[in-house]
Amino acid sequence: MSDPVHAEQGRPEPVTVTITINGRVYRAQVEPRTLLVHFIREQARLTGTNIGCETGLCGACTVLLDGAGVRACTQLAAQADGRAVTTIEGLADGDTLHPLQQAFWEQHALQCGYCTPGMILACVDLLQKNPDPSDQEVREALKGNLCRCTGYHNIVEAVRHAAGAMAGGAEMERKG
Amino acid sequence: MYPAAFAYHRAESVDAAVELLGEHEDAKLLAGGHSLLPMMKLRLAQPEVLVDIGRLPLDGIGAGPDGLTVGALATHHRVATSADVTGRWQAFAEAAASIGDPIVRNHGTAGGNVAHADPASDLPAALLALDGELCATGPDGARQVPAGGFFQGLLTTALEPAEVLTELRLPAPGPRAGSVYLKFEHPASGFAVCGAAAVVELDADGRCARARLCFNGVTEVPLDAGAVAAALAGSDLDDSAIEQAVGDCLLVEEPLADTFASAEYRAHLARVYARRALRAARDRARTAGGRPDGAVG
Repeated sequence: MSDPVHAEQGRPEPVTVTITINGRVYRAQVEPRTLLVHFIREQARLTGTNIGCETGLCGACTVLLDGAGVRACTQLAAQADGRAVTTIEGLADGDTLHPLQQAFWEQHALQCGYCTPGMILACVDLLQKNPDPSDQEVREALKGNLCRCTGYHNIVEAVRHAAGAMAGGAEMERKG
Repeated sequence: MYPAAFAYHRAESVDAAVELLGEHEDAKLLAGGHSLLPMMKLRLAQPEVLVDIGRLPLDGIGAGPDGLTVGALATHHRVATSADVTGRWQAFAEAAASIGDPIVRNHGTAGGNVAHADPASDLPAALLALDGELCATGPDGARQVPAGGFFQGLLTTALEPAEVLTELRLPAPGPRAGSVYLKFEHPASGFAVCGAAAVVELDADGRCARARLCFNGVTEVPLDAGAVAAALAGSDLDDSAIEQAVGDCLLVEEPLADTFASAEYRAHLARVYARRALRAARDRARTAGGRPDGAVG
């Protein structure tokens, strides 16, 4: 298993990882310390996932890993090997925005936009677990996502609107 | 921000992980990574080797007549929401529910949390108050360590360098028991400035058969306020009895102090949260007494 070149340089052997991002398979040899967020940004060249605090406190790098929200800065690419990631670029259906994206737009739930991709993916995680959250539940769910433009009020509004839109959509599907 | 370079191994079994830990002097286990990776980025930890156990089948949660078992890799989200846990081990479920934020709880693990032994974490006091024990596998086989002997110091546990924590076990509470975890958290980080876990068991007359009161956040290792529990035994557990036991018997030796909370403030919080937690556990135990299955609602 030992890699003479890397061993000589005192560098650990690279790991080969295969990660499906937004339905597309990316395979690369990376240093073991490569974080998932770097893999997404530098290997897949998807820069919608932002890097903020880098210690898991700000939420800017939130993506979905096998459907569940994760801080991409607190996860090695090697840990995500063989798994599926969804980033903000993978949410819209063609030209049709995801209901959360649409609601963030309509409710003016962003100013600078830096926290927005992480906010939206954390809210996808929330609405999967709780399709009809109260204002308080939305605020609890976004505890780990910081907005420094202090737009929380409109963000909560947007999530409630999106929840309503998604429930309405589901209702219409049931009625056929 | 990258961690310093390390070699990465993915263990395919507990025995393989034990072997890898034995082969490399400066190796650390990687489970969810939510405590270890931030420490590595800040260079507070710099292991040469990471042994990834994240995919081992150690995430089961099961409740039976003998008690509750929680696999070391069960995530906080699952512990907090599993009906097996929330029914009779409420303090443990509530402690798991108060860790970090929902996204962290999706991936952070019960075993990783206790093995990390951060004094400001949430599970340790609940585990101690519920008389939990920890199962570990090492080069000499498996062994059990009671929670009381597991936490040995700041970020230090009874685990040997080549041991893998595999499971947490909590005994079944009696039929008239209630437990609770209450926390005063740092408003920015969410870590426990003071977290109190209380357990109360009532006898047939509704008096205190047994109580437990333990804290996170106030001292380097989880604090077991055994003297308060002893003072409550046999009492009617009304508010004044709790007030008196806490006032007379709660001793916080060498409280932690930082820029956010002084030692005096933490000791004060411990008294306030002791009273609140004991009252809440008592109320739950009284409710449980009325239910034939003994479950806490």
